[in-house]
Amino acid sequence: MADTVTGAGAETLLERARWSVRAWWLMAGMWTRAVMSYRASFVLMLGANIMITSLDFFVVVLMFQHTDRLGGWTLPELGFLYGTSGIALGMANLFVGSTDALGARIRAGTLDTMLIRPAPALAQLCAERFSLRRLGRPVQAAAVLAWSLTALDVAWTWDRVLLVPVLLLCGTVIFSALFIGFATLQFWWGEAKEIQNSFTYGGATLLHYPPTIFAKELVAGVVFGIPLAFVNWLPALRILDRPDPLGLPAAFQYASPVAAALCAYVAGLLWRAGLRAYRGTGS
Amino acid sequence: MALIELEDVRRSFTVRTRTGRLRREKREVHAVDGLTFDIEAGACVGYIGPNGAGKSTTIKMLTGILVPSSGQLRVAGVDPARERTALARRIGVVFGQRTTLWWDLPLRDSYELARRIYRIPDARYRANLDRCVELLELGGLLDTPVRQLSLGQRMRGDLAAALLHDPQVLYLDEPTIGLDVVSKGRVREFLRQVNREQGTTVLLTTHDLVDIEQLCDRVMVIDHGRLVHDGDLAGLHAVGMSERTLVVDLAEARPPIEVAGARVVKVDGPRQWLAFPAQQSAAPVVAAVAERYPLVDLSVREPAIEDVIAKMYARVAIG
Amino acid sequence: MPVSAKPGGPPRGRPPRTATAGAARVYLAVAAGSFRRYSTYRAATLAGAFTNTVFGFILAYSFLALWQARPGLGGYDTAQAVTYIWVSQALLVTVAVWGGGFQDDVQERFRTGDIAVDLYRPVDFQGWWLAGDLGRAGFHLVARGAAPMIAGALVFDLRVPHDPLVWAGFLLSVLLAVLVSFGLRYLVVLTGFWLHDSDGVRSVMLVVSMFFSGMLLPIGLFPGLLGEIAPLLPWASLVQVPTDVFLERSTGAGLLGALGFQAAWAVVLLALGRIVQLLATRRVVVQGG
Repeated sequence: MADTVTGAGAETLLERARWSVRAWWLMAGMWTRAVMSYRASFVLMLGANIMITSLDFFVVVLMFQHTDRLGGWTLPELGFLYGTSGIALGMANLFVGSTDALGARIRAGTLDTMLIRPAPALAQLCAERFSLRRLGRPVQAAAVLAWSLTALDVAWTWDRVLLVPVLLLCGTVIFSALFIGFATLQFWWGEAKEIQNSFTYGGATLLHYPPTIFAKELVAGVVFGIPLAFVNWLPALRILDRPDPLGLPAAFQYASPVAAALCAYVAGLLWRAGLRAYRGTGS
Repeated sequence: MALIELEDVRRSFTVRTRTGRLRREKREVHAVDGLTFDIEAGACVGYIGPNGAGKSTTIKMLTGILVPSSGQLRVAGVDPARERTALARRIGVVFGQRTTLWWDLPLRDSYELARRIYRIPDARYRANLDRCVELLELGGLLDTPVRQLSLGQRMRGDLAAALLHDPQVLYLDEPTIGLDVVSKGRVREFLRQVNREQGTTVLLTTHDLVDIEQLCDRVMVIDHGRLVHDGDLAGLHAVGMSERTLVVDLAEARPPIEVAGARVVKVDGPRQWLAFPAQQSAAPVVAAVAERYPLVDLSVREPAIEDVIAKMYARVAIG
Repeated sequence: MPVSAKPGGPPRGRPPRTATAGAARVYLAVAAGSFRRYSTYRAATLAGAFTNTVFGFILAYSFLALWQARPGLGGYDTAQAVTYIWVSQALLVTVAVWGGGFQDDVQERFRTGDIAVDLYRPVDFQGWWLAGDLGRAGFHLVARGAAPMIAGALVFDLRVPHDPLVWAGFLLSVLLAVLVSFGLRYLVVLTGFWLHDSDGVRSVMLVVSMFFSGMLLPIGLFPGLLGEIAPLLPWASLVQVPTDVFLERSTGAGLLGALGFQAAWAVVLLALGRIVQLLATRRVVVQGG
């Protein structure tokens, strides 16, 4: 594999991962300071960002002006779905969302500049144009989640308590993998940025609503195909004690870490394949 | 052992062109078509050729961005395609039209980032930065945001950034493009020092023959992906029969000037253009003109690389 | 990106001699050129239509659930409610509810500084960009409107009008919606003459526009004061009005009233844009370009 061999000899996977995180941290720090030289603009954009993301939930609240239940679920339950899905998407967007501009980076030659630095190109791409204003979404989603947790009537057993942070972490990994995986399409199809939106922003919108309102085929599609259901639907069934519309074994409700690992692995393979195609190694 | 070695390196791309509403045609384009050359450590080599000749594809292969379709390639002891990050620590790259400095941040911040990304030991970093700051006169600029620097200052800033980690090879793509005469001079002077004193191998692409004249002891010309000349600049002039141009402004309109060793190629009122061989000094021609004509102003224009190369091809075609 | 597809400002040169006929020809050419320019972004268009379809599916199911709980809510039957989603997805990019289109091009000209020259060109600045935006909208209605709509019709029971007159009314309403949207975006973009960058204003506009256009929820479902104000604001022209025409909720005198409402806002906003443009020109003169 072209990129794993380094001059320092056999670098372990762990060292490589740590170096990636450090490179990301350094670059993101630079971008943050650069953005902060336009402070007023930053505050305005952060505010606008929170307003835009709040709109989605406001619409859900308006819907509940006309009904008590949607697909049999209550407003606090939708708040739980909204909050968890929003945090996962928002954190993924914060960390790796910049990959969506891969096509533009290739056209501008920025990717080449990344390839001549001694740091993993993916880490640099993820940090490119990093902005803390992307915190708007996770912060707003966290507020909704906090409200829903107080309004929910849940018997908090230890496994339910534990599932919440686990699903947030796994959800972030799954959305990150979707960002990266679908961004790699742009190695071949430079303008296909919006495809990624369908699965990231579209996926998060899907997860705002309970699985009961969708066709069973669609629900099955996001369990066995693009595994969005593991972000919050499946664990939420356990936490909120709701029946599974597909009648899957209960193990699925705890399986988010497995799905997240699988997603990360596939995204990694796709990225490598894409970079190989770009540099002209494979094929 | 040579620092850069290429043996029969080829690189082709598949280009899809739309030929009809829905029909597309696939075509193989050979951007680099069998390059073989060595560059010794400490050399300063000019790499020139018309746009689309394969220059940037070569540079991209030498920096590890692109992988050759076939052939052998080694830079500073590593295979760029397989060991990209290891190579990155041994090379420095400067693109004339594209800065790698951080636009909104003080110049110093870009260097601090380089220190961490390249993992440069503290003492070496400080020594190198001090040297670059002194030679490039960056002292007063370190705390200035890059967006406020002039083009020339930015280019000097970029040069420093590329050299902090003591690269063995420095690739320069049009390092003097868009700069004024003074800035060009400074950049060239600095590159000469880096090359002579640090022993850094320099490979530069340029459209400015003066860059090559003043810096390089060797010129390689590429066209259609192949080397068409590899030798010194005098050789290139000889092969290309290139000419410099003396532009003279006379006090009044006169019939074409007649002096030995030069011929008038254009007359426009009091201004006349005289061509003379590029290897020759301009002094005797100037003296001869000044002796017999009322001179107001004069300037010497270097031959454009494109013209030299075009003439070279014309000769190859005839011969 | 092909060079020919690059956006540019109005051309330099002398104005055509026969003013009206010549101008009409210029604007037609601009609109056609813009239509062609957008049609060259094939991958982006396909990807975009795919995204509209995905969102159409998700939101259609959410409306189905709401109308299952409350049949006939807001005077829409269930088929109408689902159709509402698909029509609004078709209009999202066409009427640029999110902003964009010519707005991106003009912002780019602010960044490069070309904008100061643009105001002195022989072709009218507002007219030039309006013509281009109409061409863009035409392309997007076909490419990003029709495809998701067909996908939706395959899965859901949609309420598609059979009367050609309704279709004519709908297309006219969409045209007016684009004019109103242009008028709004034009005002936003002109703030660039006074502000460092108009991104902040644009973001605020996005929020207001998404909500008050009825893009997320029919305006009739807004509670209390919101529900009373929303139908009077210009943003209602963007999605709510044309969709109601499509769903045959505005017919006869109601249809004329709806179109009149849109036309009135279009006139007001375009006139306002003209005034602000004059102020901007004066400002550029004062600053010496």
